[in-house]
Amino acid sequence: MAIAEPTIESPAPPLVTRLHGWVTTVDHKRIGLMYLMMSLFFLVLGGLEVIWIRMQLWSANNTLVEADTFNQLFTMHGTTMIFFVVMPMIAGFANYLIPLMIGARDVAFPRLNAFGFWMSLFGGMILYLSYFTGEALYGAGSAPDVGWFAYAPLTSPAYSRGSSVDYWILATLVSGVGTLTFAINLIATIVSMRAPGMAIGKLPLFVWMMLVDAWLIVFAFPPFTAAQVMLLMDRHLGAHFFDTQAGGSAILWQHLFWFFGHPEVYIMALPAFGIISEVVPVFSRKVIFGHTTLAMSTTAIGFISMGVWAHHMFTVGLNDGLDAFFSAASFLIAVPTGIKIFNWTATLYGGRLRLHTPMLFALGFLSMFLIGGLTGVMLAAVPVDWQVSDSYFLVAHFHYVLFGGSLFALMAGLYYWYPKATGRMLDETWGKWHFWLQLIGFNLTFAPMHISGLMGMPRRVYTYQAGQGWEIWNQISTVGGFVMGAGFAVMFVNLLWSLQRGRIAGDDPWDAWTLEWATSSPPASYNFETIPIVRSRRPLWDKKHPEDPDWIHE
Amino acid sequence: MSETIAVSELSTPQQPCPPPDSVTLSATRVGVLTFLCSEAVFFATLLIAYVTYRGATLHGPTPETSLSLPLAILDSVFLLSSSVAIGLAVKAFDRSDVPRFTRWMLVTIVLGSLFLCGTAYEWYQLIVHDGLTISRNLFGTTFFTLIGFHAAHVTIGLGVMSLLLWKRRRGDLAVDSEAPEMVSWYWHLVDTVWIVIVLVVYL
Repeated sequence: MAIAEPTIESPAPPLVTRLHGWVTTVDHKRIGLMYLMMSLFFLVLGGLEVIWIRMQLWSANNTLVEADTFNQLFTMHGTTMIFFVVMPMIAGFANYLIPLMIGARDVAFPRLNAFGFWMSLFGGMILYLSYFTGEALYGAGSAPDVGWFAYAPLTSPAYSRGSSVDYWILATLVSGVGTLTFAINLIATIVSMRAPGMAIGKLPLFVWMMLVDAWLIVFAFPPFTAAQVMLLMDRHLGAHFFDTQAGGSAILWQHLFWFFGHPEVYIMALPAFGIISEVVPVFSRKVIFGHTTLAMSTTAIGFISMGVWAHHMFTVGLNDGLDAFFSAASFLIAVPTGIKIFNWTATLYGGRLRLHTPMLFALGFLSMFLIGGLTGVMLAAVPVDWQVSDSYFLVAHFHYVLFGGSLFALMAGLYYWYPKATGRMLDETWGKWHFWLQLIGFNLTFAPMHISGLMGMPRRVYTYQAGQGWEIWNQISTVGGFVMGAGFAVMFVNLLWSLQRGRIAGDDPWDAWTLEWATSSPPASYNFETIPIVRSRRPLWDKKHPEDPDWIHE
Repeated sequence: MSETIAVSELSTPQQPCPPPDSVTLSATRVGVLTFLCSEAVFFATLLIAYVTYRGATLHGPTPETSLSLPLAILDSVFLLSSSVAIGLAVKAFDRSDVPRFTRWMLVTIVLGSLFLCGTAYEWYQLIVHDGLTISRNLFGTTFFTLIGFHAAHVTIGLGVMSLLLWKRRRGDLAVDSEAPEMVSWYWHLVDTVWIVIVLVVYL
């Protein structure tokens, strides 16, 4: 047959039309996906930076990069990973899933939602534009080089000439505004738009934890914004907030920064807890153990995390009473966190475990986060902190928490919900390669840092002398970094390949129980044709098992 | 339709439908409340900075030599009564008494503008007569930042109120619109912040 039959199918709209559709969208699912794509884009940038850092630390007296460049690399790595990888990934998951999970058709303020996303993206772009400034006003410039916490007075006009610090301030300020609008939108959505019957105690745990998370954002980000405004005033209007020569205080910056920075750790961790609380029961074929205690311990973490910020400042020289208070408060936070670990473990106990990739990442999260939590308890003890603060031991600790914790859980979420968003499964073989490369690479990279830290290697040094016994540990770390890089490369291949070729997922590939699996994959733009009515914490289980629904037991 | 289940089937017919939650707060109200919480925290931070540096000023002018309590009290009278006025405006709006709503909104705007004039006069005195600027000393730094952000919020409030009145004139303001009440919530917050400022800065 030489001539093709005419078809009645309308051709796909041209690329420009489709892109325009994405740019102008106010659909929570598309915005969620854009957050995720933004996060993955910056993950590549932050990863490339850290590969340079690891190569520079391969051997003693290495000269691969200059000291100034090294300062820029670790500043950009930290800022990128926290503000432009983990935060947008959280916002992406929350945006995509929460209206689906609570049986709503969209978020409360769709246009505000789009505004928040674009502010976050512009923030990231501002940060990276700093690389293109070259020689700026005073012959300095280029990327910020003051650490992700931008301690005063290093950021004062006297010590940071040029505009690099301004890029840092504006990048985090603008993306912070985006994060705040995201949180406000989320709270309004969860409080006011739940499906009939979904009482606050019947919320899926991911939604519960995101609710607490959004409140943490509301209380933690404005002080940071205020501090950034003060710093801008210092730099451009001659104000003296952090100018010690005029009676100002560098400690005030640290207080304000960590009053934001410590809750931020939990802002990044709580969504991870939420994802784990969804993934673990589904792949254990059991109801989550202690739904109420999981929700309550989340609230407790939210409160306590606001009162522990000065444990980042034990070495500043506050008085002993303050140190003791913040040390005790920091120990206290291990209690609700421990409750969670026990709940997840109890859910696993006696379950029929299905070791698919999301579950593997969830188990990886449990073990890695446990290690990070234990070193966290060590660091909360003031004398230990005095010894190892600002050493590689600390670097190891917070990477076990933020990478081993947050990012492992986010990867679990990626493999768990990818079928819902795309209609296709991620490839299991590649997924397992990704998991094992990431797990092995992660431990190779960060476990030796405990040792080099205890041997006295300070963080943020661009090189070190030979003969201190640090080389071997750094070399193991560097090898681990490349292994992880390979793992992420596999992940990207999998994400792209499966988009076209992955197995068709169907509506409910994991036989799950929450509402997002009750609609089609991918969901229609209006999510649900009819708004579901909820009777229990597992509405889809009730649907599948009318002979033994949950609501007769709850 | 294939396998997509009609999700209303999730309810089993034998069981009566559970009553919907007694959620009385609309999404707009929750959103505005949350936003105001973040605003309160922002101002609390600026106030903390002010209190931290109270007395840390190395050389004058100081609050004792420069600030005028009578002016602050006059300003407070303008702002506090404007809160009453906007409250009456919202009440009138709820009763669909449009002329009364317009009148009280105008009163609110005038009182808010008088407050801004008071601030402008105070700043003129401080800058021109006392030579106090944001870079002069820590008092200037913290004072102008705190009061400046408050005045900016007052200005934004006046802008939004004018917008409301304009929309009302064009007939774009629905009778059941929550906007007037939301603006009044914002205005009450700005007012509350001012009360704290008077207690901390001027007394």
